[in-house]
Amino acid sequence: MTQRVIVVGGGLAGLAAAVRIAEAGLSVDLFSLVPVKRSHSVCAQGGINACNEVARQQGYSEYEHFDETIYGGDFLADQHPVLEMANWAPRIIDLLDRMGVPFNRTSEGFRDLRLFGGSLFKRTHFAGATTGQQLLYALDEQVRRYESQGSVVKYEYWEFLRPVVHEGVCGPRCVGIVAQDLRTMQVRAFRADAVVIATGGPGLIFGKSTNSIMCTGAAASRCYQAGAWYANPEMIQVHPTAIPGADKLRLMSESARGEGGRIWVPRRADDRRPPREIPEGERWYFLEEKYPKYGNIVPRDIATREIFDVCVNQGMGVGGENSVYLDLTHKDPDYLTRKLGGILEIYEKFVGDDPRHTPMKIFPAVHYSMGGLWTSFTPGSYTPAAPAPGHVSGTRAPIGSEIGMGLQPGAIENARTNIEGLYAFGEVSFAYHGANRLGANALLSCIFDGLFCGVGVVNYLRDGSPSKSPAGELDEAVFRRAAEQEERTLKRLLGTTGQPADERTNPYIIHKELGVEMTAACTVVREEGRLRQCLATIASLRDRYSRVRLGDLAAWTNQSLAFTRAVGDMLILAEALAMGAIERRESRGAHYRTDYPERDDAGFMKTSLAKYDAASGRTVLEFIPIDASLVVPRARTYGKKESAADPKKQAQAVGAT
Amino acid sequence: MTTTQARQSSARRPVPGRTIRLRILRCDGPGKPSRWETFSIKVESGANIISCLQQVAANPVTADGRATTPVVWDSGCLEEVCGACTMVINGKVRQSCSCLVDEYAPGEGDQITLEPMSKFPVVRDLWVDRSRLFHALRRVKAWVPIDGTYHLGHGPRESPDAQATRYVLSECMSCGCCLEACPQYNVEPDASAWDTSFIGAHAISQARLFNMHPTGRQLAGERLEALAGPGGVNDCGNAQNCVKVCPKHIPLTESIAAIGRQSTVHAIASWFARG
Repeated sequence: MTQRVIVVGGGLAGLAAAVRIAEAGLSVDLFSLVPVKRSHSVCAQGGINACNEVARQQGYSEYEHFDETIYGGDFLADQHPVLEMANWAPRIIDLLDRMGVPFNRTSEGFRDLRLFGGSLFKRTHFAGATTGQQLLYALDEQVRRYESQGSVVKYEYWEFLRPVVHEGVCGPRCVGIVAQDLRTMQVRAFRADAVVIATGGPGLIFGKSTNSIMCTGAAASRCYQAGAWYANPEMIQVHPTAIPGADKLRLMSESARGEGGRIWVPRRADDRRPPREIPEGERWYFLEEKYPKYGNIVPRDIATREIFDVCVNQGMGVGGENSVYLDLTHKDPDYLTRKLGGILEIYEKFVGDDPRHTPMKIFPAVHYSMGGLWTSFTPGSYTPAAPAPGHVSGTRAPIGSEIGMGLQPGAIENARTNIEGLYAFGEVSFAYHGANRLGANALLSCIFDGLFCGVGVVNYLRDGSPSKSPAGELDEAVFRRAAEQEERTLKRLLGTTGQPADERTNPYIIHKELGVEMTAACTVVREEGRLRQCLATIASLRDRYSRVRLGDLAAWTNQSLAFTRAVGDMLILAEALAMGAIERRESRGAHYRTDYPERDDAGFMKTSLAKYDAASGRTVLEFIPIDASLVVPRARTYGKKESAADPKKQAQAVGAT
Repeated sequence: MTTTQARQSSARRPVPGRTIRLRILRCDGPGKPSRWETFSIKVESGANIISCLQQVAANPVTADGRATTPVVWDSGCLEEVCGACTMVINGKVRQSCSCLVDEYAPGEGDQITLEPMSKFPVVRDLWVDRSRLFHALRRVKAWVPIDGTYHLGHGPRESPDAQATRYVLSECMSCGCCLEACPQYNVEPDASAWDTSFIGAHAISQARLFNMHPTGRQLAGERLEALAGPGGVNDCGNAQNCVKVCPKHIPLTESIAAIGRQSTVHAIASWFARG
């Protein structure tokens, strides 16, 4: 029987994994809730970071990209994996270029670059303002090629329900999954020698976010409930600039600021004039004033807190509301169309104003989860006797960028969860971004996982347990039992339709209340008392969920059933998230506690690790040390209120071109 | 005309806190009869079709107070880049996420009609099976045949103009609007007929995109041969509906013309090669 790998999720991470594993000659079964071309990666707008020749000649390096990512993540990420990712980044850009991604070009035909948050160098490659879409399509096309050859089989509109974990002689090992066809509602177990979870983030736990409708986090939660550990659940990125909406909060890319967009509010809170009638001197460019070095391109958590502070604490939002201006009207409209067309169109379509001529009104929204399934790694060859001091921007890198310095290539532990044979790639994993992700590093980490860590999966099949005891030869009862457990859950949910749901037992209302509570307690500003209240709310929602009632009995294409099942999984992950936020009694990156406003390296430069206790149905939280063996932690100030040392870089930093 | 101008020229001031009617063509599954159901929806400012359907899902009761099943529909990004939520709204195909209620139903009691796309088999209610659309991308080998994923240096250099042309074509999100509007494209549930039935504008345009790329061009002959046979570019009836409904403003008719020319040149070249 041929060895098979299951990849769950058809976004950038899942597709990159499928391509790499199929290329090695193995068969891949690719599961996705949606046709893979419609995965949430399409929503990524701004670009993908990598050291490049222009920046390199100005003093930038892969090492600086590594240092920026660690500093941007506020010294919470394990450092070796980040080093390898930064070193690999230029190779990923080259590969995407070969695949035909229409990266924007300079007049001479080279790949164009833009400035992005957390860097003083232009190191972000982009394809208009729909970079994620273009990257996803390039990988989708390569997967289609393997699909035509028969080495990738797609299961689209199939929902992952649980990993099949088998207690073998050497401990628990993942040997397949249970999944459900969302049209026929058939539940089936599938065998696999390894399973890659690449299912993205859990934005829907917050109700409305910038995430797509399928980003419930349910797949991660199901792995968690099956015994996989979940790390840094409290680390949720709130993007500073989103467009409020009735159904979702649409992202307004950081590239709008990278291309020169300026954030401001009227200096007088009661100033009701249209924005373009307010003279320059009566506008408060608060980010530029507070962060002269980085200006509008400070990292996301900082921009978010400043906007939140201006609106919520100081009551200075535009028109007394929770919004600030993101202003591009000083830029040439044709230039804007060329560089940012896609996102300006989204704003125009959904708000009705043309951002080339009217400043946009934006407010922060939940965007990304730095936390995720815990994964291991095998460090590479760079093991300094002592961690280096913080890198000074633009200075010579202490090391080169050879492959294998950060991680050992092909190691089977790279990106593996605590369960043998179960891997986590992309946003669903906790690696790389620490306490805050830098803009344009997400696409990178997804593709890096697929390409680099995909090789470890291949080696695991060749040299690990599957080579001695293939999943194809295991007793059928293992798989039948797993499928039967899921069928019981379905039967229980379908058995609840006898009488109509009321407010307390309606899954949509339970989800809405969860979203409102999580947004209020677990986003920009957190505090112990409020978080405890949030935990109590989640507990009461879990209690109500135990009596949940379905609005649809249908045995065919029952969306209510799938949604209701996901709500149960969201509640469990939400509890881990709130507990992480309570137990981390410090402020770090996106996690800001008013009662513990300082970073506490002695106590909390540690990964928070959530483990699910199946007997009680509760989360147990602990803290474990991180790998900080490469760089010494330093205060993360982004030059706040300091005068900028280098006026040329300051000009660059505010996006002047 | 920009979206803003269009909106301003047709502006009727939306009534705040109004209730609108959503009339939906429903069907429980393949082979089941269709029926109309109407729902009353209280809308807030900024509402779109998705937020209305979300209200129906949470409280599936018709306008005349009868309990029914939630309406099933396909959706994803909700910002018009994934293509999932395409349906026929007031008789015209488009994405439902970018369909704002303030524009379509500004007055108290105004009605919006939703139907599934008619050129694809219905799965349930507004959800249709667009597998044939993705099959068409395999048919034209819509990919760049790279030599694997190991590091082999950068891709070909490209002028900004060439990039701009490719980028527009590459924004196709496989939504199917061009197929719904095409008189030559008809519903075909039998997958064995997909290789000979009309392939549609989107796939022809993708063939043009990959034929433009220096590496992608290596498969140009195979793409053109796939498009020369039955169901290929010659089946286009030149109605030009496709380009009018494309939400990404992709110049689909230009693509069809370009592939038509390439096919002719390729056919002549092959004929001489045989001689």
